[in-house]
Amino acid sequence: MAVAVAVVRGSVVGLCYGPGVSEQPLVRARGLVKRFGDFVAVDGIDLEVARGEAFGFLGPNGAGKSSTMRMIGCVSMPTSGELRVLGMDPVREGPRIRARLGVCPQLDNLDPDLNVRENLTTYARYFGLSRARARARAEELLEFAQLQDRAASRVEPLSGGMKRRLTIARAMVNEPDLVLLDEPTTGLDPQARHLLWERLFRLKQGGTTLVLTTHYMDEAEQLCDRLVVMDGGRIVAEGSPRSLIETYSTPEVVELRFADEADHSGKLAGIGRVDPLPDRVLLYADDGDAAVAEVHRRGLAPSSVLVRRSSLEDVFLQLTGRTLVD
Amino acid sequence: MVRPVVAVLERHLLLYRRLWRASVFSAVVLPVLFLVSIGVGVGRHVGEVGGVGYLAWIAPGVMASTAFQVAVGESTYTVLGGFKWGRGYHAMRAAPVEVRDMVAGWLLYVLFRVEVAVVVFLGVTGAFGALRSPWAVAAPVVAALVALAAAAPVTAFAASIDHDSYFALLFRFVMIPSTLFAGVFFPVEQLPQVVRPLAYASPLWHGVELSRAATLGVAPPWPVWAHVGCLLVFFVAGVVWAVAAFGKRLQD
Amino acid sequence: MVSAMLAARLSPSRVGAVVGRNVGALRSGPSYWLVLVSGFFEPVLYLLSIGVGVGALVGDLRLPGGRVVEYAVFVAPAMLAVSAMSGALAETTFNLFFKMRYAKTFEAVLATPVRPLEIAVGELVWAMVRGSLYTAAFLVVMVALGLTRVGWALAAFPATLLVGLAFGGAGMAVSTLMRGWQDFDLLSTGQFALFLFSGTFSPVGEYPPMVEVLVGLTPLYHAVELVRGLAIGELGWGLLGDVAYLLVMTVAGLAFAARRIHRTLCV
Repeated sequence: MAVAVAVVRGSVVGLCYGPGVSEQPLVRARGLVKRFGDFVAVDGIDLEVARGEAFGFLGPNGAGKSSTMRMIGCVSMPTSGELRVLGMDPVREGPRIRARLGVCPQLDNLDPDLNVRENLTTYARYFGLSRARARARAEELLEFAQLQDRAASRVEPLSGGMKRRLTIARAMVNEPDLVLLDEPTTGLDPQARHLLWERLFRLKQGGTTLVLTTHYMDEAEQLCDRLVVMDGGRIVAEGSPRSLIETYSTPEVVELRFADEADHSGKLAGIGRVDPLPDRVLLYADDGDAAVAEVHRRGLAPSSVLVRRSSLEDVFLQLTGRTLVD
Repeated sequence: MVRPVVAVLERHLLLYRRLWRASVFSAVVLPVLFLVSIGVGVGRHVGEVGGVGYLAWIAPGVMASTAFQVAVGESTYTVLGGFKWGRGYHAMRAAPVEVRDMVAGWLLYVLFRVEVAVVVFLGVTGAFGALRSPWAVAAPVVAALVALAAAAPVTAFAASIDHDSYFALLFRFVMIPSTLFAGVFFPVEQLPQVVRPLAYASPLWHGVELSRAATLGVAPPWPVWAHVGCLLVFFVAGVVWAVAAFGKRLQD
Repeated sequence: MVSAMLAARLSPSRVGAVVGRNVGALRSGPSYWLVLVSGFFEPVLYLLSIGVGVGALVGDLRLPGGRVVEYAVFVAPAMLAVSAMSGALAETTFNLFFKMRYAKTFEAVLATPVRPLEIAVGELVWAMVRGSLYTAAFLVVMVALGLTRVGWALAAFPATLLVGLAFGGAGMAVSTLMRGWQDFDLLSTGQFALFLFSGTFSPVGEYPPMVEVLVGLTPLYHAVELVRGLAIGELGWGLLGDVAYLLVMTVAGLAFAARRIHRTLCV
């Protein structure tokens, strides 16, 4: 259900987005580069994020996603290129920009010495909220994070999912124009991930602009209206999840596993594009069931057969020749 | 921009509400015990130093060294921990808290801790009859100078190291020698000529001489402005270093 | 009973492995080396400041036996005893607690055939090795400054080992009771109070009578008495009482610690 809505919204935003948009983008990068010594983390990327969008960076570890996020969050200075966040220059106006950002970093940096509520109120005070306003805001956010009954608990005993919800709630304390989420669900169990997605989806529905990084294709599909695929510091593709899948993959994918180690690519030729992976063979097809029938007709006997919808994982594989996770 | 400084100070005070009981012992009770053991116990064998009883002579020194030790002790693990373990400073950084606000908020907190300890200690000292001049009211100001002169560079040091074992070196090679040889227990004139400049280079010595001048109503060895100037140099240099160290640590 | 327990469970090679782990940790970090070596300077600095610096103000001191000595001669053995105490306590409280709670060192060690008691003994042996290096070096300094003679220094050395054992055992027992870091503040406060009022800086006979009785019950007092008696050559039957006190403390501390470690780690 959530996916369907996301796709619909994606297309709506997609219509609004484009050269004709009058409002300036919240994030705009041109030829953005970040170097650490000899290492080029971000290698000249261009991108724009419009208001109300959920924008994703998809890529494996080390693709340059986090470096880009840190530059947008004004805690890391670009080596070269142009970057505008909320229409301002991060180098000169970092504090003014940060005042309107919400940041959820990859590593939780909750204050372990304070309890859950104090984490929210203290952070609110950093943004200059009055004490009364900070307290009220903390109550709202406790509810948003579904942590009302843990308000007086220390941070340490919370589960990973709770900590992450608290970090995200804390990032919302200043009612930010733009929320940055660096791998929001990495390391969480499936149930905690789904709860978190649901919370983020609510934010999106409320009109908050989200920029997130992920190396989970299902997360990108669930949350992002539009995304860029990054690899080796560069953007290798850009579009909505659906359009990327349509462009770079087929509607369905057949996963075949064989008991023997023989190379079956030859016998599969002509059915569809074939991608042999170490543990399985991917067969791209418009009609998965028809492709399976053809495989059996050719006398092949795979030990397991799975027909599924095409995903961003397939897109990534097609673009870079590698899988996303490991 | 006063607001973020206040917010940072509030955060540290919030934490202190949980820890104050333990700190009462180390910051208030221990200096008093020290005064009794050395000032009274050893003092009966010493007689007079500089024209006053030994207790009255070391009391201002112990006060200054309490300020020094609380300032140094506070500015070590807590500061490094804020970067390394709790990452509280990274959280502030993501909020619009500037590095200078973090440093200022922190130093204000240290100042608060030092003043609490020092004022209680001065009360006890007064009860022992060791305050001999109305200038004693200036002693908390001296303690504040000592605290800032010590806390600023130590905070900077804590922000620039990676491993906490360096603190043991700081304690053993800087803090303890300062406490022992900066004129708290015996006049620095007793030190061999060659090591005396080391005592002069310690902010604690200037603090000890100024607070002794205050509680006993005598002139310090150097002009007051020179002692104060030395402490301010430590403070200003420490703040500059701390702001740079915080900034560097929070950069990439 | 305790010795039977020891015999039943202790394997010298496994205890050695626990000690070896500490030596390995020592070798791995250059700063740890420096920290270790610097531990020696602390009591020496105290000796120079209080013994020599304040000593110049004090002049000579009349001992309870009537003998008159320089103040530094009086203070130096106390510094030695304090050094043996704090070395043993640092290794068996702070470091032990950290290894037990945070570094999970022991959880990993206990996944092997090593028994809890072997950990306890191994840690204590390590504390003793480390502590005895400090005290030996300090005794050399005392001889060099003319604060004791070589013969008496040799006699005082085993006494410092006993002091280390006693405080090491007690420290281990205490650290198994620690709830968190805040308890260490209490511990170090207690340690500092002992340091100030165990006849360290002035003879206990000068304390108010009530205080004197109270101090007579505390461990560092007996440690100081024993080490001082030997270092300055003032022998008396009272020293045997000090020895007995420290022996009981060692055994009781170790037995308690082993039981607690067993209960916490092997559930």
